[in-house]
Amino acid sequence: MDDFFLRALAGGIGVAVAAGPVGCFIVWRRMVYFGAALAHSALLGVALGFLLGIDLTVGIVALCVLLAVLFVLLERQHLLPTDTLLGVLAHVTLAAGLVVVAFLTTLRVDLMGYLFGDILAVTDRDLVIIVGLALITLAGMALLWRSLLSITVNEELAAVEGVPVTGVRLGFVLMVAGVVAIGMKIVGMLLILSLIIIPAATARRLASTPERMAVLAVVFGVLSVVIGLYASLHWDLPSGPLIVVTAALFFGLTQLWPKAGPATHAPAGVTES
Amino acid sequence: MTPPHSTAVDDCLIEARQLCVSFRGRNVLDHIDMQVQRGEIVTLIGLNGAGKSTLVRALLGLITPASGSVVRRPGLRIGYSPQHLHLDATLPLTVAGFLNLGARTSQARLHALLAEVGVEDVLESQIAGISGGEFHRVLLARALLRKPDLLVLDEPLAGVDVAGQSELYRLIADIRDRYACGVLMVSHDLHVVMAATDRVICINHHVCCTGHPESVTQSPEFVALFGRHVAEGLAVYTHRHDHQHDVAGAPVPLEEEPLEEENG
Repeated sequence: MDDFFLRALAGGIGVAVAAGPVGCFIVWRRMVYFGAALAHSALLGVALGFLLGIDLTVGIVALCVLLAVLFVLLERQHLLPTDTLLGVLAHVTLAAGLVVVAFLTTLRVDLMGYLFGDILAVTDRDLVIIVGLALITLAGMALLWRSLLSITVNEELAAVEGVPVTGVRLGFVLMVAGVVAIGMKIVGMLLILSLIIIPAATARRLASTPERMAVLAVVFGVLSVVIGLYASLHWDLPSGPLIVVTAALFFGLTQLWPKAGPATHAPAGVTES
Repeated sequence: MTPPHSTAVDDCLIEARQLCVSFRGRNVLDHIDMQVQRGEIVTLIGLNGAGKSTLVRALLGLITPASGSVVRRPGLRIGYSPQHLHLDATLPLTVAGFLNLGARTSQARLHALLAEVGVEDVLESQIAGISGGEFHRVLLARALLRKPDLLVLDEPLAGVDVAGQSELYRLIADIRDRYACGVLMVSHDLHVVMAATDRVICINHHVCCTGHPESVTQSPEFVALFGRHVAEGLAVYTHRHDHQHDVAGAPVPLEEEPLEEENG
């Protein structure tokens, strides 16, 4: 088997593993649009990386992190509804990215690669960044898990119980930024959110606890990457879109599954009337 | 009128001193002085938008006062049950998992705690699947998990029917006795409040009146705020009042004819 395929496999699995738990919280906290807004900044990140003379993937990571922090600071001002604020950030960074990239005539950008990913072009250096960030994200999620779950259920209750709410929120948006940035290489800025949320949405059907949902999301994500990649090799079709289509097939299949766990509870001892 | 738990008068758990809170330049709380003693059930009453929840959130340290201060007894443990707790349906969470977020503890203790609040069967149920009444009790259990010195319950009866309400109030009174804690409650259901509270603080941006339920319902401020019909339904008789409130809730001198004294 060729090296490029193994690198693609390793990179894709790395992203899927980190995206599992992060994706669950994106779904629970209704932050899908936040992730999408970060993804829109990819081109600007590339330009930033080029201007600073650093690795272009590092440029994307840096800009995503910057935007995530900016978003948390702006959101605290309560000037605009969150989705409006995100809409402004998303499209301004996309437009600015296109302008700056066109302006830098020495920078040649494979636009399709950034839009839809180019997993087969993952280099050794990309792989180090992907796996490194994936591990940092996983460690961060493990560390923040309880606090994050607590503020997702109710921020005020969490605050009274001693959870540093702002710090935990900031930690989480940084991890979202990390996953979005590394996922861009695999499925591209237009599809990265699907790789983050479809496995989580698939897992919901089968899970009765948050932890199981996160583990199942990882399983579905990894399966989608592996099956999608092999299918793309076999039929010579684009890899990123095939990975997403595979994830969607899993989602469709699990919708046929009967609902997990005791979703409804028949009160036995207590009556309300 | 002596409150039943007047022995604990010196054991102050939390106190607001000249507390002012404003949102966008509007004074929501205006020089509030109040305190909760150990062993005492204090209920905040007042109309919608009077600042009851704001006072609770300021006492909990969730919002910063514009001036004045909140003094807590050092090392005070607070168990809090918020007014609204919306759980997203995409989050699979059992009652046990929900309680564990408050404090890590053994399954046996969780079971004992749920039995204490009367819902021992729901431990492994999905929290989205239990009824509103059960959910209030689960919230109470989570607050108790921390062995609180002070229980803060924001509208613990919202969505519970009348029979369930008095039962829940009895439960809260039991808990106060068992844990020897103070209880601060927000409620707008006056009838049940009056029966189960040691002290009522009536809030209308400022402290309108305060005291034992019976004396408060007789106070002119209370009558002015809630109207004579409500007051007469709750109290034996009403006095004249010396001020009323404008739309913003500020006390203004009385314009109309004083109310007659009535025997009811």
